[in-house]
Amino acid sequence: MNPHDVVEVISNRANPGIDPHLHVWGWEIPGYLFLGGVVAGLLVLLAALELTRKRRPTSGAAQWMPLVAIVLLSLGMGLLFLDLANKEHVYRFYTTFQPTSPMSWGSWILLLVYPALVLLFLSGLDEQRRDALVAWKPVARLRLARLLRWAMAFGDRHRRGVVWLSLLAGVGLGAYTGLLLGTMAARPTWNSGVMGPLFLTSGISTGAAVMLLTRLDPDETAALVRWDIMAIAVELVLLTMLLLGLSSGGTNAQAAASGFLGGAYTASFWSLVVMAGLVVPLILNVLEVKRHTRMTLFAPALVLIGGLALRAIFVAAGQAHVVGVLH
Amino acid sequence: MSTGKRYAMTVDTRRCVGCSACVLACMAENDVPEGYCRDWIVSEIHGEFPNLTQEIRSERCMHCSNPPCVEVCPTGASFVHDGGVVLVDPHKCTGCKACIASCPYDARYVHPDGHVDKCTFCIHRVERGDNPACVSVCPTKALTFGDLNDPTSEVSKLLRTREYKVLQPEAGTEPNVFFLK
Repeated sequence: MNPHDVVEVISNRANPGIDPHLHVWGWEIPGYLFLGGVVAGLLVLLAALELTRKRRPTSGAAQWMPLVAIVLLSLGMGLLFLDLANKEHVYRFYTTFQPTSPMSWGSWILLLVYPALVLLFLSGLDEQRRDALVAWKPVARLRLARLLRWAMAFGDRHRRGVVWLSLLAGVGLGAYTGLLLGTMAARPTWNSGVMGPLFLTSGISTGAAVMLLTRLDPDETAALVRWDIMAIAVELVLLTMLLLGLSSGGTNAQAAASGFLGGAYTASFWSLVVMAGLVVPLILNVLEVKRHTRMTLFAPALVLIGGLALRAIFVAAGQAHVVGVLH
Repeated sequence: MSTGKRYAMTVDTRRCVGCSACVLACMAENDVPEGYCRDWIVSEIHGEFPNLTQEIRSERCMHCSNPPCVEVCPTGASFVHDGGVVLVDPHKCTGCKACIASCPYDARYVHPDGHVDKCTFCIHRVERGDNPACVSVCPTKALTFGDLNDPTSEVSKLLRTREYKVLQPEAGTEPNVFFLK
């Protein structure tokens, strides 16, 4: 039977969330993937700043950044929790490790990220800020001063290890958010090895954007703008590879590609992700470096919108196409 | 304890008339919540008028030998039971829906109680020697259930003597529900 001569396919299945096409993941998962990506980016960038400058963060904003990451990650994990249909079983993620499941890897990576961020934060503070934190009233009331001092000293002793752990945890977190989707053979839009690197690179770019929205030292800003240019360029190459892979693939992949090339996601993908999220901020960043124009908040804001749009569009588009011509 | 069985089902597309008796029997047998189904009917019309052919299939979880749902499950709630039957342990399921997204057949759904639900090949009936509910009520005997590791079983004989196909072979899941042509 030739699948191309199908006149009509009728199914009497109408399961909620499944039919007429999959829509089990709504806004919570893209929101989590975005926040997880930002945190991954912050981890990678903070580690990279320290390894290249060979000194701990100098600006106040860079010193507080790991705390911002902890807040964003907790928000993201809150979204993950909201998405669970069986919330009282959430502890089940941590009673087992399933090596074939990206989500299981992710849950354990998230647990690695927290101590990395806490140590990166506490031992990254300068003396003045350490004293202020320890003297802060809630810290005194909860009798946390000694614990904080111990953690700061521990972080100081193992600072290099903490920085490398942060880099590793950041790469793991960023890549897993893409691999989670990329390993699903049932969904041609997602099923690509490019998804891991793509989401990691996008995470680095959005992490840089969050940092560039704050008041950093000039040399920190200069490094971040330079790295953001590289991240955006790599992201454009990876997106091109993904689209080329889909449109030159089999019938399933081509059907998935058509979603971005004339189909339902064409307008949002090209305007929000490609133009607003990548091309325009890339031009602005390059102008800033070449012409020494003053840095504005415009480029980072666009990068954040693009990063969120990338995840929202991919989560939706992936669910719209299932493998198999007749389904 | 492993029994060394490999359960499978054949759906004879020449016999199936799409009456939905299998769907209703499953709902009654398995207390399937209202508005949901674990098995369903798909009808495909091929060709060009007036030379049309119709294929009717009773579909369900394919109880794949290489099940992506089991692979992606972060808690071990989706697992392979004895006989190769893919099941969900509701007590371990967090309702994360990774298994639903990984299934090329869209055979799973979230039960209103929060856990993921699907066809069990009526393992509770099979283990006491009965056929799955859908098979036992099929009025045209389009559905056959049995052990593929037993060469004398009805499913083994059908697969030896009839032409058959599996759905979405490109997904690489090695389904154990076979459609006789």
